[in-house]
Amino acid sequence: MNFDPRLTNRDFTSVGTRPIRPDGIDKVTGRARYGADFNMAGQLVGRVLRSPHAHAVIRKIDTSKAEALPGVKAVITAADLPDLTNGDSALYDILDNCMARKKALYDGHAVAAVAAIDARTARQALKLIEIDYEVLPHVTDVDEAFKHTAPLINEAIFTEGLEEKPVKPSNVHKRTQYGHGDIHKGFAEADFVIERSFRTEQTHQGYIEPHACVASVSADGTAELWVCTQGHFVYRQHCAQLLGMEASKLRVTSSEIGGGFGGKTHVWAEPVALALSRKAGRPVKLVMTRDEVFRASGPTSATSIDVRIGAKKDGTITAAEATLRYSCGPYAGMWAEVGAMTAFACYKLDNVRTVGFEVLVNRPKTAAYRAPSAPMAAFAVESTIDELAGKVGMDAVDFRIKNAAQEGTRASYGPVYGPIGIGPTLEAVKNHPHMKAPLKQNQGRGMACGFWFNFGGQTCVDLNIGMDGSISLAVGTVDVGGSRASLSLVAAEELGIDYSQVKAIVADTSSLGYNDMTDGSRGTFSSSMATISAARNAIRILRERAAQMWDIPVDDVVWEKGHALARGEKYGNLSPLSLKEIAAQSGTTGGPIAGHSELVADGAGVSFATHICDIEVDPETGSTRVLRYTVVQDAGKAVHPTYVEGQYQGGAAQGIGWALNEEYIYGKDGRLQNAGFLDYRIPVCSDLPMIDTQILEIPNPNHPYGVRGVGETSIVPPLAAIANAVSNAVGVRMTHIPMSPPRILAALEASASAHDA
Amino acid sequence: MRYIRPLTIEDAVGQLVGASGTAAILAGGSDLLVRMKGGFVEPDLIIDIKAIDALSEIRETAEGFSIGAAVPCAVLGENKALRQAWPGVVEAAKLIGSKQVQGRCTIVGNLCNASPAADSVPAMVAAGAKAVVAGPSGKRTIAVESVPTAPGRTSLAKGEIIEAILLDKREPRAGDAYLRFIPRTEMDIAVVSAGVNLTLDEAGVVKTARVALGAAAPTVLLVEEAAEVLVGSRLDEATLERLAKVCAGACRPIDDKRGTIEFRRKVAGVLAGRAATTAYERAGGK
Repeated sequence: MNFDPRLTNRDFTSVGTRPIRPDGIDKVTGRARYGADFNMAGQLVGRVLRSPHAHAVIRKIDTSKAEALPGVKAVITAADLPDLTNGDSALYDILDNCMARKKALYDGHAVAAVAAIDARTARQALKLIEIDYEVLPHVTDVDEAFKHTAPLINEAIFTEGLEEKPVKPSNVHKRTQYGHGDIHKGFAEADFVIERSFRTEQTHQGYIEPHACVASVSADGTAELWVCTQGHFVYRQHCAQLLGMEASKLRVTSSEIGGGFGGKTHVWAEPVALALSRKAGRPVKLVMTRDEVFRASGPTSATSIDVRIGAKKDGTITAAEATLRYSCGPYAGMWAEVGAMTAFACYKLDNVRTVGFEVLVNRPKTAAYRAPSAPMAAFAVESTIDELAGKVGMDAVDFRIKNAAQEGTRASYGPVYGPIGIGPTLEAVKNHPHMKAPLKQNQGRGMACGFWFNFGGQTCVDLNIGMDGSISLAVGTVDVGGSRASLSLVAAEELGIDYSQVKAIVADTSSLGYNDMTDGSRGTFSSSMATISAARNAIRILRERAAQMWDIPVDDVVWEKGHALARGEKYGNLSPLSLKEIAAQSGTTGGPIAGHSELVADGAGVSFATHICDIEVDPETGSTRVLRYTVVQDAGKAVHPTYVEGQYQGGAAQGIGWALNEEYIYGKDGRLQNAGFLDYRIPVCSDLPMIDTQILEIPNPNHPYGVRGVGETSIVPPLAAIANAVSNAVGVRMTHIPMSPPRILAALEASASAHDA
Repeated sequence: MRYIRPLTIEDAVGQLVGASGTAAILAGGSDLLVRMKGGFVEPDLIIDIKAIDALSEIRETAEGFSIGAAVPCAVLGENKALRQAWPGVVEAAKLIGSKQVQGRCTIVGNLCNASPAADSVPAMVAAGAKAVVAGPSGKRTIAVESVPTAPGRTSLAKGEIIEAILLDKREPRAGDAYLRFIPRTEMDIAVVSAGVNLTLDEAGVVKTARVALGAAAPTVLLVEEAAEVLVGSRLDEATLERLAKVCAGACRPIDDKRGTIEFRRKVAGVLAGRAATTAYERAGGK
């Protein structure tokens, strides 16, 4: 089947409407089943023992007392998860992170696990496991870890990407570089240059639902896993590889998901639950506590970034460079590289260079967090851009418009852009009433831009037409942001039927072909493309069946508004056949009617957003209040605009928390001090204003409806927009995120004493 | 673990005296149950005091108010007379946790949890509140500030239970106020806080004052020097500046995940000034 994914102009009937979400009622009544809501007869409670040390050699583990405790059915250590990774270093890191093998590498690193008949017995058993640690010096700070004198986390790490291979190991796993032109020449042409250093602290995605799964390994070696995940096919692959199973023998079913934001793209407890079940011979349920989620899942990087940008008097940027150091946890990563790619993606630059350093620290293994790595780079770059605009004497929006990337611009990370939305979002912001609203004393306004790549990837969809003409749509991308509603709208649009006739589900890994996970803002982009393809395949069969029912050539049958029509005057007396009528006869015309699609969704259109934020600062306490917030973002085509707006608002809300209060705080002992929602301060409802949104639609030429991913870009501008607003409110440039009250007050006092001196 | 629900304070005291392992008093449970769920405590005996009749009442007496140990903070806010007499104490109680938590938590629990950051405690100390302690050898009445001795520790002896908090009857021209600093708008814990209680003379000059600071030292601080600054003043700018300085100086804070030493000192002074201003206005001062 040849599927043409290119954009075609059409008038939409279902796409762009706002029906109620199919999963809504069950979610608000508590009936929806999340990870911890699945139970099996005879299931055991799994619990994980975690290292209290930031860095320690595990000399010996004695589990005999725990095993002897009545009610304990299995105790496992790394010895029960033998290394089957066969030289795949990334997979080895996943294995080592699930269960420490030789060294505990961070406070919270799993070192052993038990399965017992109840939670109390499991907790008691953990206390009976004796571990002999040799505590090593640790390093948790990204700048400290970067130094040659820092305690070494992995002696096998020799910095990659240098011209010469270093003779000594270090905590710097890799150096990467992007850019083009000649920055020395560019800076020489500049009339003004701003150079600044920035820091951002580590944050967590803060999803409300903790990681949870039930694993059941049968005596025949087959297994089932029910789990809260963003990608059950990827979880199946990783778990099967780590446990030495064939993928088809492990059936993974994804639950409803109470937030993921990238944090549920990685296995943590699932291989452990499977290993426990395998050893105990019974199902095992493993649910992380909030403390465990903070200490031992995958927060984003802490960063340290230097930026230098130069411009001419007329406002043209002549050169831009950035050095980005991102913490990866104790394993190799690619986080600084992504930061280096995104840093200057909003701008048209002749001379640009970004260098990224992946830095190992004794903290949990970094995982993706919504447009991973981009918000921190944008904070550093957009803060510097704002300051440079001031120095040039231009309005911050006009300065950006003058230098914005456009169709044909070579991006700082390599490719040449097609039609893009940065210019239109800036123009929309310039004309937005928010920009003209008056401000009072101690209030400031900031704006900033953001970019995210978006991703497509492997996708598989089944569209089955029931005998009653209703549609079952089985997709393999987990619904984290309302994609079942959006995909139902797309199926209804393509088939020409009503949205209410379509029911979308997320199929398990044994019921559908492989799908990449819901990351890279790909859920609706890729699965809608596959849904359109599957619907078109179904329509071809529907036309064939209608032709058969009429006994005319299929080429004379067209599909319009949910009906087969016989084309041509000679068929004037044939009334159209509805989808329902054709489906009702399917038993006698060739059997069930379905459309399938398997594809790689290429051409995910890049995404841009510009945000505006008003902040009030209490100069006596450093307390902040977000007064007004506006998101302008390109959606390509908003399939279900309410969900698109929800994504815009959600990204802004997370960004506001990150900018103002959220941070991992480690003690001198290398232990996390605030592993809970009391002291890891995500915003509460009353902290936020209503977040206004404006959807722009610059169609993606590589999708039949023009859809672009929308889930991630909205978290890219907030750190910078809020920092610019705070800086404008207090007259001091804020360079350290989060801008918590003690940091703001300290910056104000430092500035005041500098003025006095 | 044993759970009991005695009907009299004498029975509760007797059970507490006779307990062999660790025992915990349960009123609202908003501290105890959270700590149990987190695995930090596993008491052998839990004594639920909510079935003891008198403990769930706010009584207005000739001397003032008696607030039973099992009265939830939300109920304090529903008592008009208490709200009018001691708005600072009530607003402090109504800052604890969240709306849902306030439906369960109590000011006595807040006091006995002995957290330096407890919201209602500086307000009670500023108000000169007293605690009625029932124990094996009868009852005694002590100043609220003498209850916490260190973070998580109290001066209560084995077998003792605080059954009520006493607040004086209000004189005319009196007012109190409580303010805390949190980075969020709610559902948070004080980084630093201040409670101020004032009475004025007929000319609007401060006659008596009590100033208490929270989260500024291992236990709540009653800052007598700060009170001295206020007495005799009309809260002019110079007085408030001196108050801020004295409060900042009286703090013995720590650097921790919630704030720095410098921040707590500075903001303690700011909050004391703002709370004093509100208390002064509530007392009818202009």
